[in-house]
Amino acid sequence: MMAGILLFITAPLLLSNWIIFVLAIALAKGIVVLGVVLLLRGGLISLGHGLYYAAGAYAVAFALNRWNIREALFLIPLSLLAGGGMAALTGLLLKRYRGIFFAMLSLAFSMILYTVLFKFYDVTGGTDGMRIPPVTILGIHPATENLRLFYYYLALILTIGVLYLGRRFTASPLGYLMQAVRYNEIRVEYMGTSVGRAIYFSYVFSGALGGLGGGLVAFNVGHVAPELAYWTASADFVFVAVLGGAGNVFAPFLGSIVFEFVKNYAFKFSPHTWQMTLGGILLLIIFFLPQGVWSLNEVIKRKVIQWQLSLKQ
Amino acid sequence: MDTVAIIVLDGIGFASWLFLISAGITFVFGVLRILNVAHGSIFALGAYMGAWLAAWFLGGQYPAWLSFPILIVAAVLVAVTVGPFIERVFLKRIYQEEEVIPLLTTFALFLILEDVVRLVWGIEPLFVDKPFSIMGQVRLAGISYAGYPFLLTGIAVLCAILLWLVINRTYFGRQVTSVIGDREISSAMGINVPRIDTFAFILGSFLAALGGAFTAPMISVEPGMGIEVIVFAFAVVGIGGLGSVGGAAIGCLLVGIARAAAVHLYPELELFVIYALMVFVLILRPQGFFGGIEVRRI
Repeated sequence: MMAGILLFITAPLLLSNWIIFVLAIALAKGIVVLGVVLLLRGGLISLGHGLYYAAGAYAVAFALNRWNIREALFLIPLSLLAGGGMAALTGLLLKRYRGIFFAMLSLAFSMILYTVLFKFYDVTGGTDGMRIPPVTILGIHPATENLRLFYYYLALILTIGVLYLGRRFTASPLGYLMQAVRYNEIRVEYMGTSVGRAIYFSYVFSGALGGLGGGLVAFNVGHVAPELAYWTASADFVFVAVLGGAGNVFAPFLGSIVFEFVKNYAFKFSPHTWQMTLGGILLLIIFFLPQGVWSLNEVIKRKVIQWQLSLKQ
Repeated sequence: MDTVAIIVLDGIGFASWLFLISAGITFVFGVLRILNVAHGSIFALGAYMGAWLAAWFLGGQYPAWLSFPILIVAAVLVAVTVGPFIERVFLKRIYQEEEVIPLLTTFALFLILEDVVRLVWGIEPLFVDKPFSIMGQVRLAGISYAGYPFLLTGIAVLCAILLWLVINRTYFGRQVTSVIGDREISSAMGINVPRIDTFAFILGSFLAALGGAFTAPMISVEPGMGIEVIVFAFAVVGIGGLGSVGGAAIGCLLVGIARAAAVHLYPELELFVIYALMVFVLILRPQGFFGGIEVRRI
């Protein structure tokens, strides 16, 4: 794992600026996908995570444009709060639903935000969106040529933080409770724990992660638009969640990196077949690697152990 | 008084269009228990095939009103080629899986079909406005209104009646009702459930493609038209109840009138009312108006 972190820290020295840009976005979206995965572990499919994603991004946009706050150390917690706050509101309703109804209601909420962002041109800029000017860190303006690098390291640091928090979450009683809820909710209720509360707190945490990812992507791209709340954005997150796998906190990030690179290179290679490529990959994952790309890790480890055992004989 | 008349006419027109795009998806859910995201791209395929065939046809020396049966033929073509292929190759393998998997499979198929459309017909928009223009203008309640939405309403009503007849008055329909009720027992009683599944999916695809084909004369047929259609269909079936065509009809009427009212009274809320209505109904009655699914309320 330390090797992996070292790799990411030194990546900018070896790779081009554009790849760093894609990596930063992949990490930021990976944070959102981690939020989706945490809910998937509880058996809940969130088709509306674009709501928190857009909430975080637009909160940052408003702070930068309306209130002229440039400080990244303020904007990051703001995006967390925006996402978590939205989730705290919608979670009150959503914690009572399961399965397809949870998915449809969460989709509906995200589409409501989309329609508000889309139509209220005077407030949100409509389909034009809002611009994100460069941010400062502790009052210092990063030089324009270093901006890419700055955002990449910001994303990396936050990703490591989120990985730590995610690991603590899944190893905590709440994390195990979510897994139990997925398999037999009634038994969990009979044990005396409140399933609704467990789902609610997981949901708020998940929403906060969504908001954080949204804010980071807003920084990187420099622009926010209503499409961040559209159902296709939410579907992309669920796509990456299944692509990476739901077994591990690292999986969403691996999935997100694979997704972003495939998307970008497929588009470069052939502009009219990139969606088909992604669709084909999703089908391959569903049919041949249902535990996601991260499960390849387990497969490789098992093969290595088998090979080692065979050597001993 | 004029505004009310226009709102009602607009509402019914939009509701008819919504019914054509959502009847298929709710029917397929009822039988297969799968929310078919690819429905939107089958809609787009129907639109492209319809526009292409109608344009080619209208270039000849045939009477223009024959373009309407051509649109129906286009829908049939799409349904019998794409429908069985998707159902047998992909959907049959993922029936028993947990809920995310079928949804994502249909989403993957949606992505693939979107690009298939681009590859086959290119990215330039197709225009076929002859079927729309030959329907002319109608004077009703003091206002002049386009004639084409009335055709859509007629087709929607026809589809609803035909669907009802098929489900309630044919042997196939009785089998479908049985499969909707309980797949396992139906299979035990000797019904060929996989074959019913395939036919139900073909019927659903036909409805989607029909919606697409008859939408083509109203708008420019371009890539990405399926994306918005799916989420409208989701809103309608969420309100009406998954699996219930009657519920879809009610949902369509509600959404149609609400949107028409918003367009003429509060234009900013045009799209908002659709999803606000969906949230409202899902909160009060999560299974929709006629949804047969048991909601696990804990």
